[in-house]
Amino acid sequence: MTSLILILISALFFNGIIGRVKSISAGRKGPGIMQPIKDVIRLFRKGSVYSETTGPVFKTAPAVYLASVIIACLCVPFGNQAGLISFSGDFVFFAYALALGKFFCIIGALDTGSSFEGMGASREATYSMLAEPAFFLIMGSLALMTGHSSFQSIFADLHPSSPMSWALACIAAFIFLVLAMVENSRMPVDDPKTHLELTMIHEVMVLDNSGIDLGLIFVTGYLKFAMYAALIANLFIGSIPVGYGIPVFLAVQVLCAVIIGLNESFSARFRMNHNPQFIFTLACIALLAVFGVMLMSGQLV
Amino acid sequence: MKAILSSLSSIPLNGLSLWFMAIFTIVFACGAIYGTGYMKHYSGRPLRNTLHWISYAVAYVSMMLLCVVENSIAFLVSWEIMALSSFFLVIYESEKPETIKAGINFFIQSHISVVLLTAGFMMIAAKTGSYSFSAIPRYCAGSNGMAAFMLLFAGFAVKAGFVPFHTWLPYAHPAAPAHISGVMSGVIIKIGIFGILRMITLFSIDFVAAGAVILAVSAISGLYGVMMAILQHNLKKLLAYHSIENIGIIGMGIGLGCIGAGNGNAALASLGFAGALLHTLNHALFKSVLFFCSGNVYHGTHTLDIERLGGLAKKMPWTAALFLTASIAICGLPPMNGFISEFLIYSGLFGWMQGAEPGVTTGAVFSILALVMIGGLAILCFTKAFGIIFLGSPRTETEAHEMEPCRIIPLAAEALIMLSIGIFPSFYARLAGSALACFPYAGSSALAMTADLGHVGFAGLILLLLAGLIYTAKSRHNTRRQVSEGPTWGCGYTEGTPRIQYTATSFVKTYVQLFSFILGTRKEQEIPTEIFPASGHFESESYDKLESNLIDKPLDAYRRFTDRFSFLQNGKMQFYVLYGIIFIVFTLIISIIFR
Repeated sequence: MTSLILILISALFFNGIIGRVKSISAGRKGPGIMQPIKDVIRLFRKGSVYSETTGPVFKTAPAVYLASVIIACLCVPFGNQAGLISFSGDFVFFAYALALGKFFCIIGALDTGSSFEGMGASREATYSMLAEPAFFLIMGSLALMTGHSSFQSIFADLHPSSPMSWALACIAAFIFLVLAMVENSRMPVDDPKTHLELTMIHEVMVLDNSGIDLGLIFVTGYLKFAMYAALIANLFIGSIPVGYGIPVFLAVQVLCAVIIGLNESFSARFRMNHNPQFIFTLACIALLAVFGVMLMSGQLV
Repeated sequence: MKAILSSLSSIPLNGLSLWFMAIFTIVFACGAIYGTGYMKHYSGRPLRNTLHWISYAVAYVSMMLLCVVENSIAFLVSWEIMALSSFFLVIYESEKPETIKAGINFFIQSHISVVLLTAGFMMIAAKTGSYSFSAIPRYCAGSNGMAAFMLLFAGFAVKAGFVPFHTWLPYAHPAAPAHISGVMSGVIIKIGIFGILRMITLFSIDFVAAGAVILAVSAISGLYGVMMAILQHNLKKLLAYHSIENIGIIGMGIGLGCIGAGNGNAALASLGFAGALLHTLNHALFKSVLFFCSGNVYHGTHTLDIERLGGLAKKMPWTAALFLTASIAICGLPPMNGFISEFLIYSGLFGWMQGAEPGVTTGAVFSILALVMIGGLAILCFTKAFGIIFLGSPRTETEAHEMEPCRIIPLAAEALIMLSIGIFPSFYARLAGSALACFPYAGSSALAMTADLGHVGFAGLILLLLAGLIYTAKSRHNTRRQVSEGPTWGCGYTEGTPRIQYTATSFVKTYVQLFSFILGTRKEQEIPTEIFPASGHFESESYDKLESNLIDKPLDAYRRFTDRFSFLQNGKMQFYVLYGIIFIVFTLIISIIFR
């Protein structure tokens, strides 16, 4: 429960902080931290325009997308405290629930019959296929090291005192952070700053969404960021008391947002055909992490 | 009469047979109801239809027989009856040359499987002198049963469609009528799985080695099946390749179960075998629904070419909804049933990985990687299939319309079972318990597994309710706002036509470029030249690289080799008499030398 409340709180500010960091490093005044939430509220007040081509799938897609991310958030623990949904192998459910959301997002885009959205859908499907192994492999390496197979028991067993835990936690943090950027189509993979049609993956998929539908999709994006940052925070707060855990959790959220903001300010987008390499590199790093753990625990030879 | 009845009452039905008989019966029954509607389009040929339905009944009965017989001769006879009746089912539209070609391909490959099975059973009979299944444990006690097991495994693998024995599937499934494709993919290939599982309960061999082989073959089958499926533009061919993928997932479960049984690891054995059994049921359900839907699409539009379809969801809403449900299930996404069996296999793999034996972990890691990739590729494949066929605007003019209720209701019933498996998995896991108990080590820890599955089902239910809740809230919110309709946003371009929509080819283009080193694509192009080009065209077609390298090329080489001896068959009687004399002289000399 703690984790859910904290994720919801962080989601309120996450994209705002990214925006602030970007505007500060670009030297402009920029919007306030609450601007993303204000955008969503404005969208919720608006009516909707639906394309004549679309049908029920298009209208269901944002709802399923949001539901899938909420249910994934429910799986995320707060260090030692289990999430609302917790069982052995819950991270498999976590990943597949997110995949359900993506599935609906993709078919929602195809429902419009627009070639732009088809393009975005195609890329989203391909890239998420490539990103999935990284998550499973890094969770596999964590499971291998701790000997557990649920989020809560894995995180509870990661002691920052042991150097091995530290090393693995840092690699995992890096992978979760880049996964969050890939999943949300942020900088090295896609550029959300450009005009909608030029944004090549996620934003182009939601071109035809308006009003509350678009609002829900924005909310889902914020939640997704906060959820991945929560996973990163969990890597470090498993064995410390809740009283210290909460500030650390929030600090990690802010740190992630700042890193993403800085990264967006100072790097350029890849060419589209370089993205698969970049994303698959993540899986390779995760595979190396697995072999590292195996080597340390004497299971390789 | 009394003797027959008493022998019937002593038919040894074990849990495994019952589980498979239940699956076969559900799919055959739904297929029959669906088929009555499907065959109305072919009512002009009563004789052929009679033969068709008789073959259908015979196929069903032979499958039931295969589940109960305890004797290898009886098993082979039933197997042959099943192969022949399904051959007649496939070639229903025998006036089409490609149907006959696919049918003969299926016929030959069925009999390769028969040869392998016969050889395997003969090995056992030669040693023990008995054709009864009860002789197999005795055989294994006397000698290493690995060779016989692998022969039988290969025989069953041809039927099940493991790579590289898969080449008949992509031809036979599109050629058959839709209800037959559904039944073939749903259950007839499962008889191969049944055979493998039945042999595992009988043999006692080095299960760790056998399991490792099965796991490797299955992981490759799964990956190759889905990679090829993505390329297909014929809906039924796409689904046929997907059957290979799912057989791969089932096989991964079997392989894990075997390894667990070999190591005496009860948790791994039950997770693996339970995953395999449950995925067999799941695949039978969702794949038959998908094939039945493809039949509806075919009769609605008279084509199965994905590139020519589009926007069918508006005209065939029920078919679209059922296809979507089954697509979610086949991708293994919660809250549908496919996730449950994949979850069991994942749990097995993660548990196995933590077993501290050297080398084991590497195998487990690569199996997990394969399963994850299969999942991701399946999503790409089915977003393509569903999105291009049912969404957007129609790409060609069709008079598509929804089918009659008897072609919807059995599918809906199957979809309900699928959803119930997804939400109450522990109930179905308990149902599978008696089948699970047939395997070494597997029965005991089945209860512990059902507790976890209960959580999975509950989480799936919450997901479903949450999505429903958000959707309702959103709709109610929208009733108080202004909602209008307009054309799809064309980014300023207002003269869009259905032809500028993303096509299936373009949807998977990034993927095809990425994996071009595995996938085979033939390209044919004529580049327009000169200032006023007269003509130009571009065609690309995918082909099965494994099929061409493992089957077509060796066959061609063999044919070229045998062609060299064609001068012997010159049609002159004198030469044939001469051959006879040479043969007689030759045998005489041989018999004199080796007297």
